[in-house]
Amino acid sequence: MSHDPTDLPMVQFLSMEGEVRVPAQWAEYGEYLKDLTEADYLKFYRDMARIRRFDNEATALQRQGQLGLWIPAIGQEAAQIGSGYGVGPNDHIFPSYREHGVAITHGIDLMSILKMLRGVNHGGWNPDETRFHLYAIVLGTQVLHATGYAMGVKFDGKVGTGNKDEDLAVISYMGDGATAEGDVSEAFLFAAVNESPIVFFIQNNQWAISSRSSAQTKVPLYQRGDGFGVPGIRIDGNDVLASYAVTKKHMDDARAGKGPSLIEALTYRIGAHTTSDDPTKYRDDAEVEYWKARDPLTRLEKFLRRNGITQEFFDEVEHAGEVLSAEIREATFALKNPPIENMFKHVYSEQHPLIDEQHAWLEGYEASFGGED
Amino acid sequence: MSNMVEMPIAKAINAGLREAMRKDPKVLMFGEDVAELGGVFRVTEGLHAEFGQNRVFNTPIAESGIIGTAIGLAMRGYRPVTEIQFDGFIFPAFDQITSQLAKLQNRSEGFLNMPVVIRVPYGGGIGAVEHHSESPEAYFAHTPGLRVISPSTPNDAYWMIQQAIESTDPVLFFEPKRRYWQKGAVNLDAAPGSMHQARVVVPGNDVTLVAYGPMMNVALQAAALGADEGKSIEVIDIRSMSPIDFATIVESVKKTGRLVIAHEANTFVSVSSEIAARVSELAFYHLEAPAIRVGGFDVPYPAAKLEEQFLPDADRILDAIDRALAY
Repeated sequence: MSHDPTDLPMVQFLSMEGEVRVPAQWAEYGEYLKDLTEADYLKFYRDMARIRRFDNEATALQRQGQLGLWIPAIGQEAAQIGSGYGVGPNDHIFPSYREHGVAITHGIDLMSILKMLRGVNHGGWNPDETRFHLYAIVLGTQVLHATGYAMGVKFDGKVGTGNKDEDLAVISYMGDGATAEGDVSEAFLFAAVNESPIVFFIQNNQWAISSRSSAQTKVPLYQRGDGFGVPGIRIDGNDVLASYAVTKKHMDDARAGKGPSLIEALTYRIGAHTTSDDPTKYRDDAEVEYWKARDPLTRLEKFLRRNGITQEFFDEVEHAGEVLSAEIREATFALKNPPIENMFKHVYSEQHPLIDEQHAWLEGYEASFGGED
Repeated sequence: MSNMVEMPIAKAINAGLREAMRKDPKVLMFGEDVAELGGVFRVTEGLHAEFGQNRVFNTPIAESGIIGTAIGLAMRGYRPVTEIQFDGFIFPAFDQITSQLAKLQNRSEGFLNMPVVIRVPYGGGIGAVEHHSESPEAYFAHTPGLRVISPSTPNDAYWMIQQAIESTDPVLFFEPKRRYWQKGAVNLDAAPGSMHQARVVVPGNDVTLVAYGPMMNVALQAAALGADEGKSIEVIDIRSMSPIDFATIVESVKKTGRLVIAHEANTFVSVSSEIAARVSELAFYHLEAPAIRVGGFDVPYPAAKLEEQFLPDADRILDAIDRALAY
């Protein structure tokens, strides 16, 4: 098939049958698998299953009118959970808007994401504390922010000191569609000329709403950074081990002062672009079925079962999913509309007469109705 | 006695930048050709030599990249001062300025501050080629989350650049490029109040004349010529286009009953539109005449040999004043 991911060289450790193989050419990445324990594998599976469950629940909530929009990431769990755990404890993450999986690897409360998509706020979690920055809706804009952040890290002398507690790097996520934005090319350039500690992580889910990746790029995306001096590698994005190991090595290298690099994770967007989209208008069921057969969770499950993990574990994960769904539903129903003052707060950090005046006017206007709707 | 030094506007901005960089090691200065060359107008001259490559550096010629990375540096705790080489080159950065820089404090519910300054040499009158003479301030004044200011004197230039850098909000700092070499006294000891406060430069009773940036010279010239004809013109330098100090303008209009507003930018949906609209709300019963606007025409900035006809001069301002007084 034309969309067979094995057309081009890419790092893959976990076979479709759930066997781990480390080809000689990827041995340096394979080294990073050696530290993984059974607990890590189970954590990967739990989180991948958790985020899929969350995704399905969020879609249902949108259909019930509880969310304005949902942005599903089904099919991309390995790319996200694997890379999320490849990021170190001091590193900073700049997501696009589909990185719910990466978010849970860094302690973001899933309700923060639902609040945003319900329309309670535009984000609102603390990027400094979580090191997971706010979702960026305008494609590619966050890639420049990430690059600037990485430039600052280098100015701070937090690169290549060899002190694990001090050094840090930045990872910027984007989709295949976003690579077409000028900001992404400018980010590659700024990162390259400044030798910034940053990894550009492209989740190529093969569809930018209704446009194939071929509409966004003439060369494979992992080669996109070459002309800027940003070397790239392609990984099987549905292989959580490849995603983890390659991200971890590239982040280590960035932290050590080896400059920027790029990872293209080849994956597939099983669901719609968002709940506003209708993929049946532009793609065949056969293609979706082809990729469903390469599901990242199924593959990891095969691996775990091969390694003696019993049904009991999978039952436990299933049960945890049911609990999560119920919690999410309940918490969403309980979300309150924001107070009027939230519209005016934080437009500026310092006093601003026009904002104060309009805020006071609206409060007075609302009060003039005497509490009636 | 206060420490008064005579210097041109370009040198005053340079001195203000130097002072800000000395005070706070987190202040950075970057843009196109700002390092060894000191910028095409030499406003950053000597800063690279004093503060080094990590604090004063040239960027690739990519304006969105300049502002986008400034945002990331601000997230990292820096206070970036960026230079957009010419007014007409700011538009590749428009998205990063209006969709990102202006909104990130709000998006983050205050977890992030965006202390980024964007320096923009602006305005015409220098016989330049296309895209080198524009006045794009209204786009940014229209955008919530940004502050927009423009000095017209060396003293203001020296202090307002430092106030802009000290602000935790993003500030568009529009530099009147055709006045860069105009000299004036700078008081190195005492700041002239808030950067958003308008200043009555010449008191008068018959008509209020509001201007800012490079148009201030023309406004003062018009006021002097008007005075020769016995007209008492109160001249106000608003200094800040967002927020606008309406209190100072309204107080003046309540006294004079007449308002003329002048700027280089074309007048349609401009800073003068906003001032005229607000004054009509706030001082309606005091107005003896409609507010009259004098600005560039609503055409693309013309070729250099037509800019004399495009830009408001003292005669056009006096003509507007005569019309206001004729009501």
